Amino acid sequence: MSKKEKGIVIDKSIKRKHKLETKGVKVFYDDFMAIKGIDMTIKANKVTAFIGPSGCGKSTFLRLFNRMNDYVDGFRLEGEVRIDGENIYKKKINVEQLRKQVGMVFQKPNPFPKSIFENVAYGLRIQGINDKRYLSEKVEDSLKQVALWDEVKDDLNKSAIALSGGQQQRLCIARTLAVEPSIILMDEPTSALDPLSTAKIEELIYELKEKYSIVIVTHNMQQAGRISDYTAFFYLGELIEYDRTKKLFTNPEKQQTENYITGRFG
Amino acid sequence: MNNIRKNRLKDQIFRGWGIACTLLGLVLLAIFIGSILIDGLQRIDWDFITSLPSRNAENAGIYTALMGSIWILVLTTIISLPLGIAAAIYLEEYSKKNRFSSILEVNISNLAGVPSIIYGLLGLEIFVRILEMGASVLAGSFTLALLILPIVIVSTRESIKAVPKSIRDASYALGASKWQTVSMQLLPASFGGILTGVILALSRAVGETAPLIVIGALAYVPFAPSSPMDEFTVMPIQIFNWISRPQAGFEVNAAAAIIMLLLITFIMNGIAVYFRNKWQKKLK
Repeated sequence: MSKKEKGIVIDKSIKRKHKLETKGVKVFYDDFMAIKGIDMTIKANKVTAFIGPSGCGKSTFLRLFNRMNDYVDGFRLEGEVRIDGENIYKKKINVEQLRKQVGMVFQKPNPFPKSIFENVAYGLRIQGINDKRYLSEKVEDSLKQVALWDEVKDDLNKSAIALSGGQQQRLCIARTLAVEPSIILMDEPTSALDPLSTAKIEELIYELKEKYSIVIVTHNMQQAGRISDYTAFFYLGELIEYDRTKKLFTNPEKQQTENYITGRFG
Repeated sequence: MNNIRKNRLKDQIFRGWGIACTLLGLVLLAIFIGSILIDGLQRIDWDFITSLPSRNAENAGIYTALMGSIWILVLTTIISLPLGIAAAIYLEEYSKKNRFSSILEVNISNLAGVPSIIYGLLGLEIFVRILEMGASVLAGSFTLALLILPIVIVSTRESIKAVPKSIRDASYALGASKWQTVSMQLLPASFGGILTGVILALSRAVGETAPLIVIGALAYVPFAPSSPMDEFTVMPIQIFNWISRPQAGFEVNAAAAIIMLLLITFIMNGIAVYFRNKWQKKLK
C-alpha cells in the first residue's frame, strides 16, 4: 500500500461486515440545525430505507457517510460518524479512499458526457488503472451486474447521454459498482424514472444486497416496503423511529410514524 | 374590443421600432464594409500580402504588419491561456467563498473595463523598461496578454460554472480528487466554451492599437520579426499610418488592409461560434 492510501477505512481482504454508526450527530448549515442529534446503527448487508417528508434531513444524513456534505457552504458537523468503529470525520481520513468504499447513486441520473465505456471505467482510471484488458473486463462485469450489458454491448463507445433515463441510472449504478465499494448510498435513485425502470432498479437493489450494504433514501413508501429490510423515519432533523420494515409499516410505535405512513401528512 | 385593437397596434409599433433599431447597426456596418470593399478589394493580391513596406503606395505591402500581428497573436495566446485558465480554475473550484475572493472577483471584472491605453502604460513601464524587453514583439504580447486576461478568466469561469453540479458530485463520489475532477471532467466538458472565450478575447487583441503604440511599436519596420525580441508593427498601426499619409494611393492600401484585418477577426469569430455550437450539442 502506498503512503497515499494510509487513511484506508476498510480492508478489502477481510470479508468483514460493514456497519455504519452515528453518535450524537448534529449537522449545521451556518446557523440552521438540519440534523438534531441522531444515534443510529445501520446493519451490514441489509437494505435500509430512510423515509420522511421533504426537508426532514434524510438526504443530509445519508450524505454524511461519504462526506458529500463537505462541499456545501456553511456545513458543520458535531458528533461522530463511524464505519466499522472508525470515525470517518477525523483528520487522518483520506476522503478519496473513503468514497471508493462508500459509493453513491444520485437522484437524477448523472452520467458523464463521455462514452458508456469511459463512464464505467472512470472510477478505475482515477485510481491510476489504465490496463485496457482489465478495464474491459471490469466494465463488462459491472454492466452485467446491472443487467445493462446486453442492451449496450455494441454501443460502448457511444455517448452515455444518448441512453434513456432508466438506462442512465443503471449505468450510474454500474459505475459505482466498478470501484468495488462495500457500502452503496442511494439518494432517491428512482424518483426521476418511469415505473418500468423503477421496477428494474428495485430488482437490482434486491440482488445487490447479497454483496453490499445499501442505504436508500426514498419518497416512495411502497418502495421502502418492497425493498428494504429496515426503515428509518425522519422528521424535522430527528430520527423518529427505526425498526424492521415489516414492523414499522404494520405496527409503528410512534404516532408520528403512523400518521406519515398512512398518508396523513407529508 | 377596442382595447384589443389598441394593444395590437402597440404591438405593431414596437415591432417596427425594434426592426428599425436592429437594422440601424447592420446597415451602417454594411455601408462601411461596402465602401471599404469598393476602395480596397482591387488592391488585394498576393503581392500586397507578401510585399514589404515602401514609400510608393503601389509597391507597399502588408507583409511586415501581417507577420507582426501573427507573432503577437501566437505569443499572446501562449502567455494568456495558461495564466487565464489556471486563475479561472482557482477562483471557480479552489478558492473559498469569502470576502477576499469576492473582492478579487469584482476587481477582475473591473480590469476588463480599464481603457487599453492604461495597459499600454503598464506594459511600457514593466515589460519595456524594468524587464528590459524593449519595444519587442514579446513586450507587446505580454501587454496584450494582460489586456485580455480578465476576459479569458471571466469567460473560462462561466464555462466551468456551466458544467452541471451533478457531474462534480458524480466524480467526487467515485473517489476523484479535486484536480482529477477538474482535469478529467470539468475542463473537457467546458473546453468549447473556454475556447470560444479565448478566441473572442484574441480577436479583440488583434485589433488593439493604442497599447502597442504606447510601448513603442513602430509604424515603419523594414522587415518582419524573426524572433520574439525583434521590433514589430501590427495591422491596425499600419492602417493608421497609411491613412495619415497625404497620397491617395495609401488610402487604397489602408482599405485593403482593413479588409484583411476584418477577415481575420471574422474568421476567428466564426471558429468561436463553431466551437460553441459543437460544445452545446455535446452537453445535451
